[in-house]
Amino acid sequence: MFENYSDSQVYLAIVLAPLIGSIIAGVFLPYISRTVAHTVTIAGVAISFVLALFVFKYFAFDGAQPYNETVYTWMVSDGIRFEVGFLIDNLTSMMLVVVSFVSLMVHLYTIGYMQDDPGYKRFFSYISLFTFSMYMLVMSNNFLQLFFGWEAVGLVSYLLIGFYYKKESAIFANLKAFLVNRVGDFGFILGIAGVLLVFNTLDYAEVFNAANSKAGMTIEIIPGMEWSMMTVICLLLFVGAMGKSAQVPLHVWLPDSMEGPTPISALIHAATMVTAGIFMVTRMSPLFELSETALSFILVIGAITALFMGFLGIIQNDIKRVVAYSTLSQLGYMTVALGASAYSAAVFHLMTHAFFKALLFLAAGSVIIAMHHVQDIRQMGGLKKYMPITYWTSLLGTLALIGFPGFSGFYSKDSIIEAVHAASIPGATFAYYAVLIGVFITALYSLRMFFIVFHGEERMDHHTKEHLKESPWVVTVPLVLLAIPSVIIGAMTISNVLYGDYFTGSVVVQQAHDVLGQLKEDYHGPFSMILHGITQAPFFLMVAGIATAWYLYMKQPELPGKIKASFSLIYDIMDNKYGFDAFNEKVIAAGTRGLGNLFSKVGDILIIDGIIVNGSAKSVAWFSSIIRNIQTGYLYHYAFAMILGLIALLVITVY
Amino acid sequence: MLTLTHFMVLGAILFSISMAGVFINRKNVIILLMCVELMLLAVNTNFIAFSHFLGDSAGQVFVFFILTVAAAEAAIGLAILVVLFRNKRTINVEELDTLKG
Repeated sequence: MFENYSDSQVYLAIVLAPLIGSIIAGVFLPYISRTVAHTVTIAGVAISFVLALFVFKYFAFDGAQPYNETVYTWMVSDGIRFEVGFLIDNLTSMMLVVVSFVSLMVHLYTIGYMQDDPGYKRFFSYISLFTFSMYMLVMSNNFLQLFFGWEAVGLVSYLLIGFYYKKESAIFANLKAFLVNRVGDFGFILGIAGVLLVFNTLDYAEVFNAANSKAGMTIEIIPGMEWSMMTVICLLLFVGAMGKSAQVPLHVWLPDSMEGPTPISALIHAATMVTAGIFMVTRMSPLFELSETALSFILVIGAITALFMGFLGIIQNDIKRVVAYSTLSQLGYMTVALGASAYSAAVFHLMTHAFFKALLFLAAGSVIIAMHHVQDIRQMGGLKKYMPITYWTSLLGTLALIGFPGFSGFYSKDSIIEAVHAASIPGATFAYYAVLIGVFITALYSLRMFFIVFHGEERMDHHTKEHLKESPWVVTVPLVLLAIPSVIIGAMTISNVLYGDYFTGSVVVQQAHDVLGQLKEDYHGPFSMILHGITQAPFFLMVAGIATAWYLYMKQPELPGKIKASFSLIYDIMDNKYGFDAFNEKVIAAGTRGLGNLFSKVGDILIIDGIIVNGSAKSVAWFSSIIRNIQTGYLYHYAFAMILGLIALLVITVY
Repeated sequence: MLTLTHFMVLGAILFSISMAGVFINRKNVIILLMCVELMLLAVNTNFIAFSHFLGDSAGQVFVFFILTVAAAEAAIGLAILVVLFRNKRTINVEELDTLKG
């Protein structure tokens, strides 16, 4: 790549630059000023961003061969190597650019957003650490390092959700996120164990090469029932992805994670970390392709998430939660694409989504700054004239999100819908209608929020209104910089990424599942896709969604209240988020506590403490209380006992 | 004519008396000591009887040793007794039960 440096040095520099920044800001936190803290971390991320661009150019334009090498061997145990290594190919280089770009924008934005926060330096240290972890995850060439990155991003997510550690709800939310992710990670590590069991190696390349030869393997987990080993491994790995990428039923942590500061909602809980599951499944495509059962499962889970989490977005009143539910729904779209074997479409949507969702979150943060940390959209309205830059960038982000023709979201989402339509595996029909209705829902909730926040009457109190103003440039510049790719990146890259051969070396799709290959025949460039798109159902549904939102929230603002009153049952179900939280708390959490109490009372207190420990002590005491009666203390008793013993011995010796 | 049996019976009777003294006596530690002395004398009687009837003087030598030891033992026993009385203000066997567990 560069003449004087080897490739591995460049990759190491990408990974280590944000880590060094994080360490400087974190370890020397009490000794450095705020300016130093944000300068070193931003410098670290900026270096990695620039290098990532070079890497991207190296792979995308210079057509470099994938780089797959080990940089450090941690240990070798029984022939299994535990290593740190990098696998850089087209997929990785794209992820690197997305992650580093969004991360850099968020770093910049944070200067403005966290200005008055006492945890300013700590925050910078955390987000740089997150960037490092995410690099480790996407650049890994083996399952162990993948797991390290996976857990590290989870840890930083935990730290950042609980960033306001004095706030009760934040502590609750970060614990919830951590615990729900434990469930997913448990499946994930079992999946990795399965890989190790079958392939006897943790290296991607070796596993993928051997995958086909192991496709017929079966395993008997319950005696008498044979399961395909690949299905078991893929399902377990996907459970990990369900936790990290917040798929039903492990999605419950993501809406609550909005307790964290807005920049990290944009970086971690919208653009990068939650897409780790999507990335992982794409990376493992040679394995997932071997199990149709797993793909069907993924498809159905994704469809449920895409549709039902979208519904919830309609009734939320917290500006960040609306965007959070939209994120869930969009992650569902990506998962659907994975299930339909359209891995490229999933990653393509991941990329476009990263830009426009980060934009929407940062715009929401900009609104929150202006509103003095009020997040309830019912107290906003008419912000358009106070915050023009935020307004226009939000508009672009919203249009991208709902898939307005020409915007980046249109290309990625339409491709997913078409891909699902073309797919033929079980569940595809359901998924197709789910994502189709999802388009209407997406348009409805996005525009609802947009109209309520930026248009209509001004519902904020007098005091807030006086101070309403556009955010400072460190906030608006990232918005503008993110708005640009939100608009154009789709049209720019779709021909290569989705219908070109950009992912040929990174993603494996079997002939029978190759839906994108079928779509390719009807694809004639981004412009004709727009022309084709506006004659199709998704476009009409989207327009219907916009119209409904406009009618309900602009034209007849009293109507939603009436609808809510007449469908109170459905509203209640949705307000309780379909009862997932209640179920988790009442059944799973309470059940676990009950089980814990049972073990504590019966196992620990009764059996171990009561019977084994205190019981043996008591039986000794009881026995000695009987025995001590023999010890009278009278000499003649002892003498008598001696004589008796003597006689007994005599009798024994004589006879 | 006195035979060995008579002496053995005498020894057994003396020994039994002294043993009974040890067990039955509930009053005085001095009686206990006397009983122990008596036990030794019963053994001495046996030694002398055997020595006489078997014509082996080793038994009589033994008796001398035993008498010496008995004398020493009596001295020590009485000394302990004095100390005991000083500490406990009693030599009543019934009250000496500090060995009780």
